[in-house]
Amino acid sequence: MTVTTMEGALPARPSPWASRISVAAVYLFVVVLFLQIVRDDTLAAILGLLLIHGYSVIVLLYWRNLERSAAGDKAIVTLTLVYMLLAVLFWDRFSALPWSTFFGLFVVQAVALLAVRFWKNLRKAPPTAWFGMVVVLFYVMIAATAPIVAPFTETEIVGAEYEPWGGQFLLGTDNLGRDWLTRLIYGARNTIGIAFVTTCLAFLIGGLGGFLSAALGGWVDQILGRAVDVLMAIPSLIFALLLLSIFTNYSVFGLKIHPMVLLVVIIAVLDSTRVFRLARAVGMNIVVMDYVEVARLRGEGLWWVITREVMPNAMPPLVAEFGLRFCFVFLFLSALSFLGLGIQPPTADWGSMVRDNATLITFGDITPLLPAGAIALLTVGVNFVVDWFLHQTSGLRDDH
Amino acid sequence: MDKILKMVAQRLALGLLTLFVVSLIIFFSVQLLPGDVCQEILGQAQTPETVAACRRELRLNLPWYERYISWLFGILQGDMGRSLANQREISELIGKRLGNTFFLAAFAAVLSVPVALVLGVMAALYRNSPFDRIVNALTLSSISFPEFFVAYILILFFAVQLGWFPSISNVSADLGFWERIYRTALPSLTLMLVVVAHMMRMTRAAIINLLASPYIEMANLKGLTRMHIIVHHALPNALAPIINVVVINLAYLVVGVVIAEVVFVYPGLGQLLVDSVAKRDIPVVQASCMIFAATYILLNLTADVLAIATNPRLMHPR
Amino acid sequence: MTTETGRGAKGDILLTMRGLKIEGQADDQWHVIVHDIDLDLRRGEVLGLIGESGAGKSTIGIAAMGFARPGCRITGGSIVFDGIDLRAASEEEKRKLRGARIAYVAQSAAASFNPAHKLIDQYTEMPVQHGVMRKAEAEAEAKVLYRRLQLPEPETIGFRYPHQVSGGQLQRAMTAMAMSCRPDLIVFDEPTTALDVTTQIEVLAAIKDVVREFNTAAIYITHDLAVVAQMADRIMVLQYGHLVEEGIAREMIAAPKEDYTRRLLAVRSFRKQGQAEIDRDKPLLRVENLSASYGGTVMVLKNVSMEIHKARTVAVVGESGSGKSTLARAITGLLPPLEGRVFYGGEEMPPALKQRTPEQLRRMQMIYQMPDTALNPRQRVRDIIGRPLEFYLGMRGLDREERVRELLTMIELEPDEFIHRLPGELSGGQMQRVCIARALAAEPELIICDEVTSALDQLVAEEILKLLQRLQDELQVSYMFITHDLATVRAISDEIVVMLQGEIVEQGTKDEVLSPPHHEYTELLLSSVPEMDPDWLDNLLAKRAAAS
Repeated sequence: MTVTTMEGALPARPSPWASRISVAAVYLFVVVLFLQIVRDDTLAAILGLLLIHGYSVIVLLYWRNLERSAAGDKAIVTLTLVYMLLAVLFWDRFSALPWSTFFGLFVVQAVALLAVRFWKNLRKAPPTAWFGMVVVLFYVMIAATAPIVAPFTETEIVGAEYEPWGGQFLLGTDNLGRDWLTRLIYGARNTIGIAFVTTCLAFLIGGLGGFLSAALGGWVDQILGRAVDVLMAIPSLIFALLLLSIFTNYSVFGLKIHPMVLLVVIIAVLDSTRVFRLARAVGMNIVVMDYVEVARLRGEGLWWVITREVMPNAMPPLVAEFGLRFCFVFLFLSALSFLGLGIQPPTADWGSMVRDNATLITFGDITPLLPAGAIALLTVGVNFVVDWFLHQTSGLRDDH
Repeated sequence: MDKILKMVAQRLALGLLTLFVVSLIIFFSVQLLPGDVCQEILGQAQTPETVAACRRELRLNLPWYERYISWLFGILQGDMGRSLANQREISELIGKRLGNTFFLAAFAAVLSVPVALVLGVMAALYRNSPFDRIVNALTLSSISFPEFFVAYILILFFAVQLGWFPSISNVSADLGFWERIYRTALPSLTLMLVVVAHMMRMTRAAIINLLASPYIEMANLKGLTRMHIIVHHALPNALAPIINVVVINLAYLVVGVVIAEVVFVYPGLGQLLVDSVAKRDIPVVQASCMIFAATYILLNLTADVLAIATNPRLMHPR
Repeated sequence: MTTETGRGAKGDILLTMRGLKIEGQADDQWHVIVHDIDLDLRRGEVLGLIGESGAGKSTIGIAAMGFARPGCRITGGSIVFDGIDLRAASEEEKRKLRGARIAYVAQSAAASFNPAHKLIDQYTEMPVQHGVMRKAEAEAEAKVLYRRLQLPEPETIGFRYPHQVSGGQLQRAMTAMAMSCRPDLIVFDEPTTALDVTTQIEVLAAIKDVVREFNTAAIYITHDLAVVAQMADRIMVLQYGHLVEEGIAREMIAAPKEDYTRRLLAVRSFRKQGQAEIDRDKPLLRVENLSASYGGTVMVLKNVSMEIHKARTVAVVGESGSGKSTLARAITGLLPPLEGRVFYGGEEMPPALKQRTPEQLRRMQMIYQMPDTALNPRQRVRDIIGRPLEFYLGMRGLDREERVRELLTMIELEPDEFIHRLPGELSGGQMQRVCIARALAAEPELIICDEVTSALDQLVAEEILKLLQRLQDELQVSYMFITHDLATVRAISDEIVVMLQGEIVEQGTKDEVLSPPHHEYTELLLSSVPEMDPDWLDNLLAKRAAAS
């Protein structure tokens, strides 16, 4: 009798054991994974083990604070287990690349946790938003596990030039005889990764500047505002071209700046002006609120005002803007690469892949359009998600 | 009226100031290079002769302010110095290309502005209708496409498969107008597809914002016809935001031509700029940047001034 | 006066609503916001719709035109206007009625006039569009109406743009516009709510005059029972979309049947009992010759001096632009004064906020008009009230939690239920209570209350006043009570400061200021506050006409 009641009670309440067992399994899995490389690269193995410690702690803490439901727990555990099952099935590939495997695991768990956390909102999402989310997820997963998924390595020449589709090379080879599919997959990692880092940097610079400007006002606001006005008066593509032409081969203290770093910094700085404008405008609207005045009257410092009063309330528009800025940076980066001034060979990148193989189009071969299409699909996906997000947040505003 | 003139004058002054600061930035960013500028620019490809030519061209023997002043006055008089790569007069290099670029941008603008405005207003008036949803999804996709993707798709269909238009837009001065239109059809179409999406979405947002205002509800409750409301109540107030949208997108167009020119090998300023950047031909890069920036600033300035001129509160001060 | 009430009763039925049901959209769901309302209106009759926010009065009023705002929909019942079923009528039929036979006067005239057109063009387009008159005729007519509504320069005022005319004048111009087709019915949607009392009276008089003159039926929507008593023949009291009580205005005000109506009527009767003794030599706050401006040449505050004593309430009264809020900002240091000094508890306060020590800041707290903007929507009640405890008094952990609960109990909110809530999960009154608790947490001697009851519904506002009074009795805290509402002043003050254009025109104890002889402006202010007596407006206008 006790057994039946137990069973009856189980699905209603999330079991504390589900989380413990699955975390233990994940932990064991990653330990084995990193122990594999102890002999070849002890440092990497130790680093990896330390990282998984920290990671597990964070996941467990987040999980505990999450609004729990049995279905949610089941979803998280199932997704994790499926990923691990895949890894065990293709153990050769996965174990050879422990970092990518770990990264993939991280993506799977992060997605699962977020999906459970925001399930209430997600359920009502329109088909376009779902489409966008699936696309973004797909890309992120590919980017995370690129070396595992790709049939060859990024830069190896594996066949003749311009080999047709099919056979050993699913999508043929490029102008140097490298496998197209492999290049495409690695391109996801490089292009998305760099665009993401650049957007983050732009938000760090622009967001901080904008909030400071809004909170301080006065001459700080004036100076920052004028500087941004001037920077924005020059079209960003033109400005980027100017800066790239000047600073290529630039060196600081005798150290040559890596062209990738230069690219990221230039785009981030140019893009941060738009973030600055938005952050400042949003910040301004919040700073005039009475609750900020209350904080000032209380004697709170600038740091409190920015981090506790302004920032939490500025999040929704900034999150949406992050999506839009990412799209912009992503397209911008691709355009620069397409012009031959962005990500440099032999790094696989979608923009330069189109450029290098463009001649094929005049023969009616659509292969060079694949990376261009890949860019378009991701941007469409992100835009659909952002559109839904914006609609949702602004819809809430309409009601009040 | 005085107040308006004052504001317009203020904007103009601000625009000129911005232009001046931009010229400073463009000129002096080169000077940020440490050590010998010419050796830095030329890198490993340098020979004593090229370095000497570069020094002469950049007038490195002069103090910085004289260098800047002579450069600025040169540009104002149409003398932009010589190219480092082939020693030709930059004004000569740029001259015809500038005309080509403006032709392309103007062609694209003529195609896109009416289409975008009509679509935008329609989508706003029939908000949330299937038409609106479809246009919304289409334009959202369109702004997500990289320009070169649009360009190559057009080439694939209209040049390679159908053979209607040439895939390479080489134009020369002696071409007739219609021939020129024919050859620039694909790059113009590329630009149009990208710009229409942006412009239409901005127009729609502006109109929807307007239709939500209390005086439109009042006009409805006054029993005015839909047509009267749109023509007499919405349009006069929509003018300012719509002009703004159009001019901003024109500014965008002028810069957007760069990619289209490269794809279609169109002899415009954008292509010259990209080539010069690859060759690190700094004087040409500086001159082209200055022209692009000046156009961009002037267009934005126009938007500002028109916004002031169409604001009833400013037109009829207390 | 008797003819007026009699006139309505004699008329034929103009508008009938039966079982009207309207739904509104919130969080993607439809909720019923108007439940089964029956309404009858006769020709020439003025019907007052009264209720607090959320009563659905505005929605019902606008439904009389067969219209529902975006996010609302009429889902049941019938609306018949002069034999025409508005629910069955086509859009085109309804369009022809709107403006021509049913007109609308909106709350905010400034936003409801199109900024791009002159007033007179917005007047004439309605009769011209409906084919009632030609443009020239309409213009001549407009001038006549402008004169009738006592607008200044009636011949030329129509050729101005909306932003060139003051709020009270705009509201009258809008009334004129509504009259342009001589409609059978006008819906007045809170036409005087946004106006100062002295302006309100002019608009009320003008509306009453033209409605009577043209024998127009009207639906007059307001939350102010005293206003509706002046305007309406009959009153419907609404609450949460339900009808509470309906009756002839005079009868209802003389003898309300329902408890809710009675409470609405009694709302201004709260009076403070007793007052603390004052030590003349040791005021808590002394302001000497304060002058301030917002960076321009215009002085917003001119040479203001006043005192506040321990456990006393000083009301600062004035209309918009009188500088009363600026005075608060100058005292708190938010706007450092140009001249003058502020003494607090005997010590001189540094002029700017940044120069003051936390201890100085702690002793003087502030409560705001809009509780929803005064609370950070992303912080929970626990942290909102807990932060001053932490910041000023260094309380942490369980101590803090304990004190927060104490404070919540003090402001009559159940700690277990409210401590973890976000401001969005509170009602307006509850939010204002949390604001009070936050101010109390700092254990101040003086609380500056800036229009704290103006944004609240009347019954809620009264509860807040009672709470503030109880707290004063218990904690001996002093209040500086900034308000434009004389009823609030009567209720809670010990002393009164009357301000006009940045200057103090009169100050003294409550009895001194409120009983004659008054300063001229105080007199105007006091006499302009509507009273429940339905004859008050007519009597006042007669008196003022006789005086001038």
